[in-house]
Amino acid sequence: MIWLLTKTLRAITTLWLVVTFVFFVLRLSGDPTLVLLPDDIDEATRDFYRQLWGLDRPIMVQYWSYLGALLQGDFGISFRNNLDAFQLVWDRVPKTALLTGTALLISLAIGIPLGIIAALYRDSWIDRVVMAVSVFGFSMPNFFLGILLILVFSLNLRVLPSSGSGTWAHLIMPAATLGISFAAQFARYTRSSMIDVLNKSYMRTARSKGAGPLRRVNLHALPNAAIPVVTILGFKVGELLGGAVITETVFAWPGIGRLLTSSVAARDLAVVQCIMILLAFTMVVANMLTDLAYGWLDPRVRVGAKAGAR
Amino acid sequence: MGLTVNNLEVTIERRRGTAVRPVRGVSLRVEPGRTLALVGESGCGKSMSCLAIAGLLPRRARISAGSIEFEGADLATMPEAQAQKLRRRHVASVFQDATGGLNPVRSIGWQVAEAVRLREGATRAEADREAIRLLGRVGLPDPERRAREYPHQFSGGMNQRAMIALAVAGNPRVLIADEATTALDVTLQAQIIDLISDLRDSLGMAVLFVTHDLGLVAQSADDVAVMYAGRMAEIAPVARLFAAPRHPYTQGLLSALPGATGQSVRLTTIDGTVPPIDALPQGCAFAPRCGKASALCRDVDPTVHAGVACHHVLPAPVKTKRVFA
Repeated sequence: MIWLLTKTLRAITTLWLVVTFVFFVLRLSGDPTLVLLPDDIDEATRDFYRQLWGLDRPIMVQYWSYLGALLQGDFGISFRNNLDAFQLVWDRVPKTALLTGTALLISLAIGIPLGIIAALYRDSWIDRVVMAVSVFGFSMPNFFLGILLILVFSLNLRVLPSSGSGTWAHLIMPAATLGISFAAQFARYTRSSMIDVLNKSYMRTARSKGAGPLRRVNLHALPNAAIPVVTILGFKVGELLGGAVITETVFAWPGIGRLLTSSVAARDLAVVQCIMILLAFTMVVANMLTDLAYGWLDPRVRVGAKAGAR
Repeated sequence: MGLTVNNLEVTIERRRGTAVRPVRGVSLRVEPGRTLALVGESGCGKSMSCLAIAGLLPRRARISAGSIEFEGADLATMPEAQAQKLRRRHVASVFQDATGGLNPVRSIGWQVAEAVRLREGATRAEADREAIRLLGRVGLPDPERRAREYPHQFSGGMNQRAMIALAVAGNPRVLIADEATTALDVTLQAQIIDLISDLRDSLGMAVLFVTHDLGLVAQSADDVAVMYAGRMAEIAPVARLFAAPRHPYTQGLLSALPGATGQSVRLTTIDGTVPPIDALPQGCAFAPRCGKASALCRDVDPTVHAGVACHHVLPAPVKTKRVFA
C-alpha cells in the first residue's frame, strides 16, 4: 500500500510540474490575441479580448487561478470557439486511442516474433535479413513513410483512402505508418534481450532436463526476455503519442495530435494545456502499468514478495 | 552398465573455416555406485568432455570422433533424437553456478517438477509432490514452503541442493557434476560432496565429478582421470594416483599441493603455461614443460598405456612401491 501511495504522490507531482511548465512556456511564447485576431484590428478590441481571457492580469495571478480551476475540474475554454476545452479534447480521444492502439498491436505482433526468430537464428541469413529490414523500418521518418504510402496506395494503386477516418480502410495506412517503426524497434529489443537470455546457464539447465526447443523458448526464455522489453514498452508509449501527432497530421486523422498542432499554431492556450495534461497523465499511467507488469513478470521485484532467507 | 567413453574428440568450428579441438581423444569409464573424478587445469577440455557426454555442446561444437557407449549403444553415432531421449532419461548434469543455472522467474518447485515431468511423464500433481520429496531428500529444510520460493530467495548452497534435486529427478543412471562445488565455501563443499556420494550410493548412479581441486578428489572419488590440453594424461584409482603418480604432469600437480604440516614451505610450481588449443606443439602437449622430455616426446604424441600417456613410463609394474619423498 505504501508503494501505491508513493507512486500516486509521484504521479501527482509529475502532473503538477507538467502543468506549471506548459503554462509558463505557452504564456511566454507570445500573445494569443496577435494570432487569433486579424492584424488590422484596433488596440481597444485587442484589450477587450485580453481582459476576457484574463491575459491582462499578472502571470502569477493567472497561474494560481488556473490551478484553482483545474482542481475543480475546469480546464478553461477554447479561445477559438468558446467550447469547453476538456470536452473538445475528450471528443478526440477515441480516434487517437484507436490509432495508437492499433499501431501498438501491429508493432508488437510483428516486432516480437521477428525479434525472437532473429535471436534463435542469430548470425544466420534470417537474422541479417530481419535486422536489415528493421534498420530500414526505424530509420524511416514517420512523415516520409506516410507520404510514401499515400503515393503508392492512394495515388498509384488507388486502393486506400489518403485521409480521414470514416472506415476501417482509413485506419490501415496511419496505423501502419505509426506501427512499422515501433515494430522495427521492438524486433531489435526483443532480439538482443532473447540473445542475452539464450546464453544464460539456466537455458542449458533446461536443455539438460530434456526440454524441447519450443518449451525452452516459451516457458524458459520468453518470460525472462519479456522483462526488459516491457520496460521499454512503457517508455515507448510517450514516443507513440508523439508519433501520432505527426501521423495524424499527414493523414488528416481527426485525433488529439491534429488538434494539438492546430491549437499550438493558434495559441489556443486552454486546449494545448488540456492536451498536455492528458498526455502527461497517459504517460504516468503507462509507467505505473509497466511497474505493475514488471513485478508480475519478475519475482525478484515482486511487490510485497515474502522475504525469504537470503 | 555404466558409461564408457572411447577416444572422444570434440571439434569447434570457428569463423573462416578454421577449427579447434578442445578434446582430443578422451577415454574413461564411469561405473554404477562409483565416482570418477576428472581433473585438470582450466581449459584442459574437462568441461567440454562433460558437455559432449551430456549432449549439451554449444553451437558450432560437435563430437568429431570416438564413442560414448551407454546401455550397449553408442550415443555419439546413433540418431540425434534417439541419443537425446536416452540422455534425457538417464544422464543428468549439475553445473558450477547453481544460482545462474536456475531460472529466476520460475519457482524452485516448478523447476524441479518440470524435470520430473520430462523424465518420467508424471502428471502435474504427481510431479509437484515428487519435487517436494526430492527437495526434502537433498536436505532442504521445509521443502513444501521452499518449493514456492524463487532462486533469488535461496543461498548459493540451497540453490546447488535444488539443482541436485532437479538432476536426480527420475533416478538417472549417470550424474555429471561439473565443478558443482567450486563456487561454494569449504564447509558447504563438504556437505554437497557428501550429498552427492549419498545419492550415488542410494540410487546406484555412476558419478563423473569434474574439478580442478585435487583435495576434493581425495575425499570424494574412487578413480581419477587427469587431463592435459584436451588429452588424457593418467587414469588410476585414487589411492594409487596419490601414492605413486606416474605421469610427470600428475607428479607436478601433486607436488604443487600445499602440505598440511603447518610449516611454511615454498610451493612447487610447474614451469611454463598450458599451450593454447589452437597452437599445440607436435608430439606430447606437455613436453615443453616436462623435465624428462626427449626427442621422442617432441615428435610423437604418446597414447594411453596401462592408464598413463607418457613415453617415460614403462608398462605398469606388478606392484607399486609406495614412495615417500
